[in-house]
Amino acid sequence: MAQVVLEKLSKAFGGVDAVKDASLIVQDREFMVLVGPSGCGKSTTLRMIAGLEEITSGKIFIGERLVNELPPRDRDIAMVFQNYALYPHKTVFQNMAFGLKMRKFPRGEIEKRVREAAEILGIQDLLERKPRQLSGGQRQRVAVGRAIVRHPRVFLFDEPLSNLDAKLRVQMRVELKRLHDRLQSTVIYVTHDQVEAMTLGDRIAGMKDGSIQQIGEPLEVYSRPRNKFVAGFIGSPAMNFIDASMAEVHGELYAETNGIRVTIPADRSRRLASYRAQKVTLGIRPEDLHEAHPGSSGKVSFETVVEVVEPLGSEILLDVRVGQQSLVARVNSSCRARHHEKIRLAFVPERIHFFDPQTEQAII
Amino acid sequence: MKRKTFFLFSSIAIGCFSLLPFLWFVLTSWKTPSEIEAIPPQIIPSFYWGFYRSALEQYGLLRYMGNSVIVAGATTLFTIAIGSLAAYALARFRLSWTRFYLMLLLAISMFPQIAVAGPVWRILNYLNWLNSYHGVIAAYITLSLPMGIWIMTTFFKELPYEVEEAALVDGCTRLQVLWKVVLPLAAPGLFTAAILIFIHAWNEFFFALLILTNPTLQTLPVGIALFPGEYTMPWGEIAAASTMATLPLVFLTLLFQRRIVRGLSAGAVKG
Repeated sequence: MAQVVLEKLSKAFGGVDAVKDASLIVQDREFMVLVGPSGCGKSTTLRMIAGLEEITSGKIFIGERLVNELPPRDRDIAMVFQNYALYPHKTVFQNMAFGLKMRKFPRGEIEKRVREAAEILGIQDLLERKPRQLSGGQRQRVAVGRAIVRHPRVFLFDEPLSNLDAKLRVQMRVELKRLHDRLQSTVIYVTHDQVEAMTLGDRIAGMKDGSIQQIGEPLEVYSRPRNKFVAGFIGSPAMNFIDASMAEVHGELYAETNGIRVTIPADRSRRLASYRAQKVTLGIRPEDLHEAHPGSSGKVSFETVVEVVEPLGSEILLDVRVGQQSLVARVNSSCRARHHEKIRLAFVPERIHFFDPQTEQAII
Repeated sequence: MKRKTFFLFSSIAIGCFSLLPFLWFVLTSWKTPSEIEAIPPQIIPSFYWGFYRSALEQYGLLRYMGNSVIVAGATTLFTIAIGSLAAYALARFRLSWTRFYLMLLLAISMFPQIAVAGPVWRILNYLNWLNSYHGVIAAYITLSLPMGIWIMTTFFKELPYEVEEAALVDGCTRLQVLWKVVLPLAAPGLFTAAILIFIHAWNEFFFALLILTNPTLQTLPVGIALFPGEYTMPWGEIAAASTMATLPLVFLTLLFQRRIVRGLSAGAVKG
């Protein structure tokens, strides 16, 4: 087990920066998730840690050791690939044993470790099969098994669940989490799926355009996103963004756009005061919008027109419109709103996020 | 239905037209000496095997065949061994000049042989390699490498690269990846390349004629071409020898036709 340190890591392909000055400390035994949209540099970062991609500048430490120049085989890491990357000409047993064999482990030890891993993953009965005879989920297990038999210092996962169907993905997610609890190993996990990131990570690092935007515990990133990108990426459905103007009337600061007026909570007004008479971007999560009680005040609610109703069973997603602005609200399944009807939505001012429209940074 | 019949007949016609010379010498090989010289020509032979016997016994066909097996076999082996290393590098390493290099290989493989015949002869002469197996094999390897590399590169490119990366992480060096993962997976491709190279070397005439003047070392095409003596034209033996020289290739082609077609069209769709 080991901690992994990235210091101002960069990678340029031709003239394009795939990763820019990424710095990150992954603690020993931590489950770190790199999350971001495709092309954000998360996979490239992981591949640099694995040694599959050359580093343009910066440093990578695994444990105490600078590994910049080390080939993958000497880094003591194991990697699970998105398309499993099993050896098609080898049986499941041989697939899992290959890394140990290359490291010249005695046969008895190889046998023991493979059986052990197979048992953990529930693939004991598949050991003599070839990868093509396995289902997607089974292949994924073998790929994980191939990684865990090695007892590496660091596990690297590159979108390991994205080729599985939705149901299996949820199941494997739980199993991976259980596995991490059991192995107590350092994991760096790349995904574009924010749900996976939230549920698996001890901490998550959101990436965009090659830069790490925010590092933190999942709930912290969710509730206090540092910028508009992280706010919009984490959480599903995505946060609503509303452009509004700041104004002050009778000493009371508020943000207003057609149809919505948000009174700035006292604890935020100090930071927001400097935006007086300027634009700000409001961020409201769909789950922070509720059906308003009849007669609720205009300070905490506004009127909307329902455009689309998406019942999910436990709750309902409403696509609504306020003036020119489209919003999504996640309301209680008891809501009886219909297409084209008017509905009042309530919000909690304290839970609204504010962003600078120019820098897109959160105004905290 | 009409279209189908037309298609059938026209393909039979084209097939007959192409196979006619082949058919002619196969039939000739079964004729008796008097049937060969009969005028008007007698088409149906009386299945006389004497020419096969004399081709084998008096003209040393087996020796030529042995030479051809050695030369074509060694050429194939070395071309695959050297070519697979080159093809792997071209398929996998992100080098700025790989495309240019592949184009160059393709261009080289289209050079007329006569253009390089002089230099090849002089080099082999200088090395004292004329009239030797290794001389002609060396020349053949240089001839077949461009095509071999091109075909194998295409096959290597089709393999999923992540499998190789997994092997790198699992503890392999690049060469071990090539040996333990890529070659077993690319075996069908290597095999295709090998068959094409073998056929090519087996049929090669010009360089063999140039390099091998010693009859004990000559390969089949040269050997058969030199059957005629000053005063004799042994049509029967030539026909019998040509038939036997062609048989191995016919077998190889029939056995592996799907793969050969794939190898010939390699790079047409992808690559």
